[in-house]
Formats: sequence, structure tokens, C-alpha cells
Amino acid sequence: MTTLSIDHVSRWFGNVVAVNDITMTIGPGVTGLLGPNGAGKSTLINMMGGFLAPSTGTVTLDGQAVWRNEQIYKHIGVVPEREAMYDFLTGKEFVLANAELHGLGAKAAQKALATVEMEYAQDRKIQTYSKGMRQRVKMASALVHDPSLLLLDEPFNGMDPRQRMQLMDLLRRMGDEGRTVLFSSHILEEVEQLAWHIEVVVAGRHAASGDFRKIRRLMTDRPHRYLVRSNDDRALAAALIADPSTAGIEVDLAEGALRIQAVDFGRFTALLPRVARDHGIRLLTVSPSDESLESVFSYLVAA
Amino acid sequence: MYDPTVARLTYRALLGRRRALILGALPMLLIVIAVAVRALAGADDQTASDLLGGLALATMVPIIGVIAGTGAIGPEIDDGSVVYLLSKPIKRPTIIFTKLIVAIAVTMVFSAVPTLIAGFILNGNGQQVAVAYTVAALVASIAYAALFLLLGTVSRHAVVFGLVYALVWEALFGSLVPGARTLSVQQWSLAVAQKVSGGDLVSSDVGLTTATVLLVAVTVLATWFAGQKLRSLTLAGEE
Repeated sequence: MTTLSIDHVSRWFGNVVAVNDITMTIGPGVTGLLGPNGAGKSTLINMMGGFLAPSTGTVTLDGQAVWRNEQIYKHIGVVPEREAMYDFLTGKEFVLANAELHGLGAKAAQKALATVEMEYAQDRKIQTYSKGMRQRVKMASALVHDPSLLLLDEPFNGMDPRQRMQLMDLLRRMGDEGRTVLFSSHILEEVEQLAWHIEVVVAGRHAASGDFRKIRRLMTDRPHRYLVRSNDDRALAAALIADPSTAGIEVDLAEGALRIQAVDFGRFTALLPRVARDHGIRLLTVSPSDESLESVFSYLVAA
Repeated sequence: MYDPTVARLTYRALLGRRRALILGALPMLLIVIAVAVRALAGADDQTASDLLGGLALATMVPIIGVIAGTGAIGPEIDDGSVVYLLSKPIKRPTIIFTKLIVAIAVTMVFSAVPTLIAGFILNGNGQQVAVAYTVAALVASIAYAALFLLLGTVSRHAVVFGLVYALVWEALFGSLVPGARTLSVQQWSLAVAQKVSGGDLVSSDVGLTTATVLLVAVTVLATWFAGQKLRSLTLAGEE
């Protein structure tokens, strides 16, 4: 069990507060660190990785300080966002060098290269690699010592869909194996597809934490949108609008459906089937039309 | 204290094609000039001393020192690839010490060796001039490498500052302001060279004891400080 604890961490650069009093705990499994560009994700990841000192607060891995503690890297694998690597080396030489720096040898390097399926290009110079190949070699260098915590800063940036899928599979596997995997992203669908758990950072603040559907439900003051089809849309609309859990209903003639804004999630989900039953209306479709991270996120950003 | 993997990476970065060309150009120039002077003016001890002192020790050694010293760490910090060294359970001072050894070795090979060759071409090591300046170049290589490695660790503009120090401080101020010469790696190494040559051709403004103390102090302090800086080196994000 590896737990990364961020305790009341702030970081400012001059007058600019990049990270503002964030407390979170990252446990085993895949966690997505979500936020728009400039939200402080990289600053936070740099502090988690021991490359930046918090201005206040502490970052610890299973109780051990991360900052100024190079022995901690026996347990941490880091995949930085920046492209620069030792481009004049071949992939194999690069991963081997990383293994040696951990006191390991060629066997560990080869295993890591196999894990990321880069053996076929291992003898080519890194400068000839595509973005996705670079990313995978970076992964191999981070995995070479079998770390229990893996930190990845925007790992999917610039990858094509196939490479993205491969990396997602790999990270999912790492999470399933019980490692603590944290990756940052500003792309909602990436986080939605991969993360078991999300931490949302907006403007340097910790905006939300948990399963993204749960987070969504917690925000009861935000209208939830549903697309509903029934055998009598207008009668259903009339019955629903009478209840305070519904804020607005639009009859979408083109779609042949109702677009409903619910302000009280819990109450509305209980209300809808009851009202339908009481009025003898048959529900054909009930689908949340914005249960995506995109809507969660834009709400959080706007708030 | 010395990590062979860090050393290998540093050597390969330093001796990459473009940098190796720059490193090789000055020594080649020195040797070409030495050949030309010898052919045109014949062997002359004073000329040999002037050329080795003025061109080799005063100009070439510090410039090679700047390229090797700052190049051993500066580009890695600039482009962020140093993160692959920092994210390992290796003591920061070990990284610095290893890079210092590499920078010293490269500076010595590209400055002291051509100085010796040029010296033999110029006057066949008459009055120990070639050996004296080679010793000076070897000694200066150590101090320059340490100094410029520190500069590469603390500043993004290390090459510019390094060249300013090497050319403006050592060459210009040194000749104009007598006091500045006391604080000059070149003068310290000349003090050692003076001892080796034993003649009057090689001379320094600084006594041997003072020079030795300052050389050791600068090397040790610069290396220690670079290690400390690397311990708290922060990698800012790209945001």
C-alpha cells in the first residue's frame, strides 16, 4: 500500500499563488488530476515528485518526506511532461542508463522496454522517435525499478488515438496491480476513461475529489440535464414542472423528447418514475445528457 | 562519490558532434598558429612563452573551460532532462562531483594537450616553457571546470557569464587593474607554472602559496555550492 499525502500544501512564485492550500490523499489505483491549463497541476505534480519545495505544507509518501529525500525515488517513477531526454542515446541505452542509476542492470531495462512494447525500436536513437514512442520510453525509464508510485504529467499530450489507448491500457494494468498511479490531464475524456478517482484542481485550489459521478451528484445546486422520451411528453412535462426539483422543461419537437433541467438530483430521480406511474405515462428514454466530465468541469471552472 | 553512468551520459552529451567541433576548433587553431610562427620566425623562447601565455592560457583554456564546465550540466537543466538524474536515489553531490571530473578531464584534454603540442612545436620545450604552460593549463582546467560547472548549475546564461569572466575579467581587467590579477585563475596557474619552469619567462603576480590556497579554495567551494544548489534545484512546470 502506497499512499501519497499532500497536507495543506501551497506554493507561490513571487506574488502569484500557483497552488493554494491543497490537501489530498492519493492511494492505490489510477487517480486523475484534472484541471484546465494553468490550474497548477504541474506545480502540484512537481511537488509530489520532490522537484519543487512547497511554500507551506508537506508532501509525504507513506510518512516519508518527498522533498530533499533522494532515497524516496526507490519508490517513485516519474514521467515528466517535458520532451527533453537524452536524444543522442538509443531507447535501449536511455532505459539502461535509468536502470543503472537505480543500481539495476540490463535485465530490468529489457523488462521495462518489453512492458511498454518498445523493443522493436530500442536500437534507434531517441531523436528519431515519434511523440508516442518517446512517451513510452519515458514510461519504461519510470518503470525500470518497479516503483509503487507512478507520477505522470500530461502523459497523453500529442499522442494519437492508438498510442493513447495503449498507454491507457498500460496505466490501467499498473493500477490493477495495486500501484498508485497519478496522472494529470486537462482533457476530460482521458480522465473519464481511465481514472478510478479524480482530483480536480481549478485556479490553484482543490475543487473536488472522488468518483466523478459522485462529485457530480454532490453538486445539487447545479441543474442536471436529462433527455426524456415518453408516450405523452406534454402530460409528463406538466406533471414534473409542478415539483420544485425541476427548474425547466423544453419540448424538443425535432428530437421528439423532453429536455429537463433538474435542480435537485436525488429528489428528481425519485420523482420521475413516480410521476410517470401515477399519470399512467410510459417512459421510453431517460438519459442524463451531460453526465460527462466536460459538464462537471465547466461547472467547477465557472463556480 | 563518482557514478559511472552519470559520467557516461555527461561525456556523451559533451562530446556530441557539434560541441566536439567547437571544443576541437580552438586547439586546432593554436597548433596551426604554432606551426606558422615556428615556420616564419623560427624557434624563440620568448615568442613561445608569449603565445602560450597570451593565447593558450589566457584565452583558450578559459573558453574550453566554459564550454566543458557549463556544458556538463547547463543544457540538462535548461531542457529539463536533468529530471532523469534527479529522480534517482543518487546523492546530488555525487552527480556534481562526477560531472566535475568529466568537465576537468575534457578541459584538460582539449586545452593542456594542445598547449603541450604547441609548446614543443614552438621551441621544442626550451627552458621548460611547454611543460610549464601545460602544467598551468592542467591546474587552471580544474579550477575553471569547477567554477563554470557551478555557473552552469545556478544560471541559465552560464555561457555568457562564463565568457564574460574569461575574456573581460581575466584578460581585460587583469591587464588594467593590478588588484584584479590576484583574483584570476590564470595568475594562480601561472604561479604554479613559474615554479615548474624555474626561469624568468613564466611569471605570475601571485605567490605560489597564495595561488595554491586560492585554487583549492575556489575548486572546493564551487563544487560544494553546486552540490547544494542541485539539492534544491526546482523544476518549474511549463505552465
